[in-house]
Amino acid sequence: MKKLNLYRCYRILGWDFTVTPARIVLLCLAGLMACVAVVRLLTGFQYVTHLTDETPWGLWISFDVLCGVALAGGGYSTALLVSGFKVKKYGVVARSALLTSLLGYILVMAGLFLDIGLWPHFWRPFVSWGYTSVLFEVFWCISIYTTILTLEFHEVITERMFKWLHPYILKILPVLVIIGLIFPMMHQSSLGGLFLIAKSKMFPLWWSPILPLYFLISSFFVGSAMVCVESDLARRNYGHEVDSDIMRQLTRVGGAIMAIYLVMKIVDITMHDEWGYVFLGTMQSNLYCLEMVLGIIIPLIIIFSPLAYKKWGVLTYSWLVVIGVVMNRLNCVFTAMYKSGDYFPSVFEFAVSIGLVSAGCLVYGVIVENFNVLGNKRATQHHILQKTDLL
Amino acid sequence: MAVLVDITKCIGCESCSVACKLWNKLPYGKKKSRKQKEEKDLDDDTWTVIQRKRVEAPSGKGYTRFVKKQCMHCLEPSCASACFSKALRVDPETHAVVYIPELCVGCRYCMLACPFEIPRYQWDEPLPLVTKCQLCASRLKDGDAPACVSACPTGALTFGGRDELLTKAHAIIEKDHRYINHVYGEKELGGTEWLYISDQPFEELGFKTDFEDIPPSTYTHAYLSKVPFLAAAWGLFLAAISWRYYKKHKNDPPKPPTPEEETREAGNHGEGDGMI
Repeated sequence: MKKLNLYRCYRILGWDFTVTPARIVLLCLAGLMACVAVVRLLTGFQYVTHLTDETPWGLWISFDVLCGVALAGGGYSTALLVSGFKVKKYGVVARSALLTSLLGYILVMAGLFLDIGLWPHFWRPFVSWGYTSVLFEVFWCISIYTTILTLEFHEVITERMFKWLHPYILKILPVLVIIGLIFPMMHQSSLGGLFLIAKSKMFPLWWSPILPLYFLISSFFVGSAMVCVESDLARRNYGHEVDSDIMRQLTRVGGAIMAIYLVMKIVDITMHDEWGYVFLGTMQSNLYCLEMVLGIIIPLIIIFSPLAYKKWGVLTYSWLVVIGVVMNRLNCVFTAMYKSGDYFPSVFEFAVSIGLVSAGCLVYGVIVENFNVLGNKRATQHHILQKTDLL
Repeated sequence: MAVLVDITKCIGCESCSVACKLWNKLPYGKKKSRKQKEEKDLDDDTWTVIQRKRVEAPSGKGYTRFVKKQCMHCLEPSCASACFSKALRVDPETHAVVYIPELCVGCRYCMLACPFEIPRYQWDEPLPLVTKCQLCASRLKDGDAPACVSACPTGALTFGGRDELLTKAHAIIEKDHRYINHVYGEKELGGTEWLYISDQPFEELGFKTDFEDIPPSTYTHAYLSKVPFLAAAWGLFLAAISWRYYKKHKNDPPKPPTPEEETREAGNHGEGDGMI
């Protein structure tokens, strides 16, 4: 019996669409997400979520928005090094980092849209300015930054479509890049600023008057880790290799920033005399210790030891940092404000979060296969190259 | 306008919560989709509630006290400071913290921000609103007291100006040594319009007592007021670097154009093991 070949590539109107078994699964997950999203928008929160008055912000805000924005920080941290500080050698990853950020932000907007109760009113803050709110700043910055990212990405798009626009985009690009470096710094920190007002409700280890700075720094160092994780995925799927020296140096920049983060946290805890909370042995302090050891201390040891010269060393570092930052954001929302533990995300909440990520992966695949993103050329799924005689 | 609650006088008759329901046209009955807690608590159709508290005194005696719970109407409300569309705001005339449903987006940041955990959400509605006590702002404008105060048969609730009520509260405490020497809401988080006096320790009655004397929005303002300047400075700094770079490399010979890579090429495509 002939084995069914699920690896296919279709060319429709000059655009390539690849089909792989994994993509079919992703497509199903994204489809499920779309169904749940429609039900959510039509019926409210009652059937789809487990949110309660005690936990008004659940999985969608904590994972889709807070983690999404942090992990999409790869775009601005790479842009800052390449375009801001002119470290040109990291330019090889700039385009893929930009794409991941753009997709990340679009997913964040989608997640936010699903999470707001009165979604037909989403535009209200544009006209009714609640300027005393940190969320107001976040809302504006994320909106503007997504626009800027889209415009920046037109540098890549106009290489293939609307070619006459390309020279104009190149002309305004330096301005876009600078604006695109201001806004992410503002809202990355402001996402931490959201929690400033909840001081009396939060476990003291996660609250600090410099919480915005912590969020900013952690989004910066998770950026390079995320770029590394993403490059590894691109290598596995598209055979696009990034020089491992460059990858190590890039993650070491992140590592150095992370060391500063650790020192700041230690000084902060000492100054506020909070060491007692660290070793309380309760669920909250244990999760704090786990977050710090797994997400900060172990990665630091890896990246500044000879292990960093091994490929898996850099990769382990990157995954740990990503997990650490995800833990930090989830902890800020859930653990720090834990009361009765009534809330656990429903199946549908997970379905939406997973479906959004799946949709992001699919779009990423289609874009890198049709535009010059990875190593400034179009990529092709390596299975297609091996298993079909398309080329 | 403020309300003083004398906990010693409350008999837990719930006249206030019935009056609240009647005036605000809120339905009775339990919620279907949400788990109901053992203890009576606020929900989106119940803006005020009387909670029964049992206090065991050190002398061995037990006391039952009734505590009215509703929005405290902070002088510097966290919810209004947190609202990014000004749907929650302080009514300038009555100083009540009021809600304008037309402006609400449903982000629920107010619920996260409220230190007293008061706002409730209409989880059963397709287009839900935030709900909480609004101090009957429309009644106040007519010169009436809030519905709950008007309905109180024992005089546990007194309505008036905040300063006047504070003086009164301190006078009561001074006259009767059985009162705890503390007016809850006088200094908590910058002060609230609802003030409580009691003969039992407030922490025993379910009040949070470890609040600071400054409103939580202080931290937000301290941060937000710095942001525009930092952002502007950062932008100028980046622009300066770019400008210098441009000046320096303006006269560099142009790089030889790289050959257009129209042909598909995927590097060493034998090595991948990914499945996506």
